[in-house]
Amino acid sequence: MCGLCGILSGEAHWADLAPQGSADERSRLGRRERLGRVAYLNRVLGAFACSVSDWQGCRYQVSTFTGKSELPENLAELWASVERLTGIKPDPLSEDVLRRISGDA
Amino acid sequence: MMQAQESNGAGDDRIPANVLTGFLGSGKTSLLKRLLASATFLNCAVLINELGEIGLDHQLLDVVDQETVVLSNGCICCGMRSDLAAALLDLNEKRDRGLVPNFDRVVIETTGLADPVAVLNTVFNDAKLRHHFRVATVITTVDAVFGFQQLKEHPESFKQAAVADRIVITKADLAEGTSIGALHAVLSEINPSCLIVTSYNDATESEILVGHDANARSALNEVQHWFFDRPSAIRGRRADTPLFSGRAKPLGPLHAPTIATASLTYDQPLDWTAFGVWLSMLVHGHGEKILRMKGLLNVKGADTPVVVHGVHHLVHPPVHLSAWPTEDRRSRLVLIGDLPPVDQLQKSLELFNRG
Repeated sequence: MCGLCGILSGEAHWADLAPQGSADERSRLGRRERLGRVAYLNRVLGAFACSVSDWQGCRYQVSTFTGKSELPENLAELWASVERLTGIKPDPLSEDVLRRISGDA
Repeated sequence: MMQAQESNGAGDDRIPANVLTGFLGSGKTSLLKRLLASATFLNCAVLINELGEIGLDHQLLDVVDQETVVLSNGCICCGMRSDLAAALLDLNEKRDRGLVPNFDRVVIETTGLADPVAVLNTVFNDAKLRHHFRVATVITTVDAVFGFQQLKEHPESFKQAAVADRIVITKADLAEGTSIGALHAVLSEINPSCLIVTSYNDATESEILVGHDANARSALNEVQHWFFDRPSAIRGRRADTPLFSGRAKPLGPLHAPTIATASLTYDQPLDWTAFGVWLSMLVHGHGEKILRMKGLLNVKGADTPVVVHGVHHLVHPPVHLSAWPTEDRRSRLVLIGDLPPVDQLQKSLELFNRG
């Protein structure tokens, strides 16, 4: 649960592997995994003229360059948000996405 | 280190739910009747549909010592998912309160025209159900006499075969051996990693049908079936043929040409972050057309393989196997459906993981 707003986090997404270890260790590893995913996602999302940031450790904040934003909870919701906000269906096979991920764009 | 759900099932005391599906008249209830007589199904609860012919299925079913719930409002897969969820939760509550005999498995029999994926979605996505039940195998019956025609003419039948974990060719005593072999070959083309058995009206198949599944203690055995035993191969086929590339009698122009199998491999350990982003994006963009997905992954930082599998947009929580099935450490992912070209999929997977 978010300590500021009381939002409960939902069920874990399949891509969110559960960290092992003590509570502190799990928290640290989970945070690191999340930030790594955000950084990776931002390389892809350039193709959609939007970006993502972590939101209180329990959601993502997807924002377009024009200021529209949503707070999806997991990767499945994130792609739906990107599609709603940009009107473009995310597809890992699109040439634009592949150029971004290859660092050519 | 990040860790997926352990395959030894420690702590996972959820009840396995097997989905029994198959086209109209393909022998689902006859198979169920035999299965319920076997020791494996001794403590099994059964959910069946009552649709059409005044609950004919129910009338044929021997339910002595079985907890049977009949859904009276029609097809469980067409707007009846809440009833299915309610029936399962009610069953579970009665079990907890001692009002029904304890059961260790549930079989959900669908109607002949049902999409079994709707049942999987119900068990998997319901906020309460998923804590009490887990999806085990999807068992599909295919009629040895009419199965080929049904696969060709009815997309429902085709999909039931494509998403199956086990296929039972029924009524084999009524068909010629050569036609059974041809049907087996077609089913093997549709769903290469599925275990296909031919039934001669005996109950010996019970352990084969539910003995293993990818979310149980026996996940290693199940994955061995998927990628290395080639369970759908008919006897006598060369064992060294390329992965999932057998030749079968073509189904014809109606449905088969759009359904293909794509086998992707990746030699280096996968970055889980990159793979998660890639697969979630692929499922978002193409999930409607992905009938089945199965993967055995070599993930960076993990000593043992991770198994992922799913249907359409549904991806099960990944499972860590206790060991590699063979010396082959390549990651492999098999997709069945109306897919983009395999070279595009392979290129995309590689670029995401090189990035």
